[in-house]
Amino acid sequence: MITFKNVTKVYQGKSQDVKALDDVNLHIEEGEIHGVIGFSGAGKSSLIRCANLLERPTSGKVTVNNQDLLRLSPKELREAKRDIGMVFQHFNLLNSKTVFTNIAMPLLLTNTPKDKVKKRVNELLNFVGLSDKADNYPDQLSGGQKQRVGIARSLATQPSVLLCDEATSALDPETTKSILELLKKINREYNITILIITHEMGVIREICDKVTVLDSGKVVESGSVFDVFSQPETKIAHNFVSSVMHDEIPDSVYQLLQKQEDRHQIYRIVFIGESAGAPLLSQIAKNYNVEVNVLFGNITELQGTPFGNLVVKFEGEDKEINRVIMHIHQQKVTIKEVLADVS
Amino acid sequence: MLVDWAQISEALWETIIMVTFSLLFAVVIGLPLGILLVVTRKGHLWENKYVFTVLNSVVNIFRSIPFIILMVAVIPFTRLVVGTSIGTAAAIVPMVLFSGPYIARLIENSLLEVDPGVMEAAQAMGATPRQIITRFLIPEALSSLMLGITIATIGLIGASAMAGAVGGGGLGDLAITFGYQRFDTMVMLITVGILVIMVQGLQSTGNILSKKIRRR
Repeated sequence: MITFKNVTKVYQGKSQDVKALDDVNLHIEEGEIHGVIGFSGAGKSSLIRCANLLERPTSGKVTVNNQDLLRLSPKELREAKRDIGMVFQHFNLLNSKTVFTNIAMPLLLTNTPKDKVKKRVNELLNFVGLSDKADNYPDQLSGGQKQRVGIARSLATQPSVLLCDEATSALDPETTKSILELLKKINREYNITILIITHEMGVIREICDKVTVLDSGKVVESGSVFDVFSQPETKIAHNFVSSVMHDEIPDSVYQLLQKQEDRHQIYRIVFIGESAGAPLLSQIAKNYNVEVNVLFGNITELQGTPFGNLVVKFEGEDKEINRVIMHIHQQKVTIKEVLADVS
Repeated sequence: MLVDWAQISEALWETIIMVTFSLLFAVVIGLPLGILLVVTRKGHLWENKYVFTVLNSVVNIFRSIPFIILMVAVIPFTRLVVGTSIGTAAAIVPMVLFSGPYIARLIENSLLEVDPGVMEAAQAMGATPRQIITRFLIPEALSSLMLGITIATIGLIGASAMAGAVGGGGLGDLAITFGYQRFDTMVMLITVGILVIMVQGLQSTGNILSKKIRRR
């Protein structure tokens, strides 16, 4: 649906040029919710702005809906933009216009007949749950309501792609949740492809199917949310994952490792999906001659799949412990020894 | 000393005519000029270094000439436009030339205050440059524009007083010729009083209108 091919964006600075995007290659499938995460300055904003040419890439190719955007004439590009909705961090509504007119704006630009505008806007107001606010002005609304107006406006022209530029970053956690629910509903009910950029891993965990980690203008990791969360390959991805998964091993565990006798006894077990439901530890305690001591653990849900993370200590003979580890491997559960120097 | 009320009301009428028509023409010149000063600057809709530099300089030059000098300097031009260099109609020409560039600056300022995010949203929804100006920039700046126009109008009342120098008539002229030169304190006080009331009234009206547009 959206393809970035060797996209590079360079800003000319006074003393030196800044490379905001460095040879980015990314493909976003139709109907998916794709999240791009990175620290500020990683190039996220430039990336999303290249998807509707609010910013033109210095080089490379951007394709949306099989259209090579950079080859379009200004008129064709405006046409193409009606198929790409955009939602902003600071809403960017017209303060001088009512909620109704704000939502109707994209339709008014094309001189859509009045009755059609009215029908569509009422439909959208209903969809975002603001039917009673049609005649209000943006400054009479809360942040969450403003964003709902922004979302409704972006959907007015029935686009097939929605770009969300930090759409929830200016909102409180509760409101963020409801806006994310709304985006999910849009994706499901209208089958709209959503590209969302954010610095909050929670947003990715809540709604995204795929995630791309951007650092210094480069794609450092990209894949399904499940894969990246369960097995982050890069340090930066790992840090982002830790920020929401809370799977960092506490210091108390490391202190245990300092003791000689606890060596080779502490392990991290990662349960994914169905394996999280299996009574693995109790089986081990029953069938093997080891004591199982859970030092740390949590279970979260990722896209409806349970995802568990346990740090355990096995007490017993080395030989017996090896048998336990073999057993765990056979269950297709990831197990890794926790070493004192992994910090 | 008797106060000639007919004379005062005639002078008031002349002031109103001068200010109203000057304002009208000054806005006709200043609005497009102000818009161009915004959209031709760097990174904007119609970025054009040359157009911007030329317009910017012209506006600065006109704004740096004292009104009394401008009035005399443009006499040949005034004669060309209205056929005479004396009278109320003749005073309007230098007043427009004085106020137009001023209004352009005020409009430029108001338009620059509009949140760039709104323009970004407009571009994202595929608005043409003309639509961005008429449907986004101007409506969003209208409240602030209203205050700018109010300031310009009050400036024009001040200028109209000086227009007496080219026989433009009006309240300022009356205050100078009768009040100042003939020591008719009463006439001077009355004319100044009327001017004060006019300015107060205009400012309040401008504030109310601006507030109404802003709807806050």
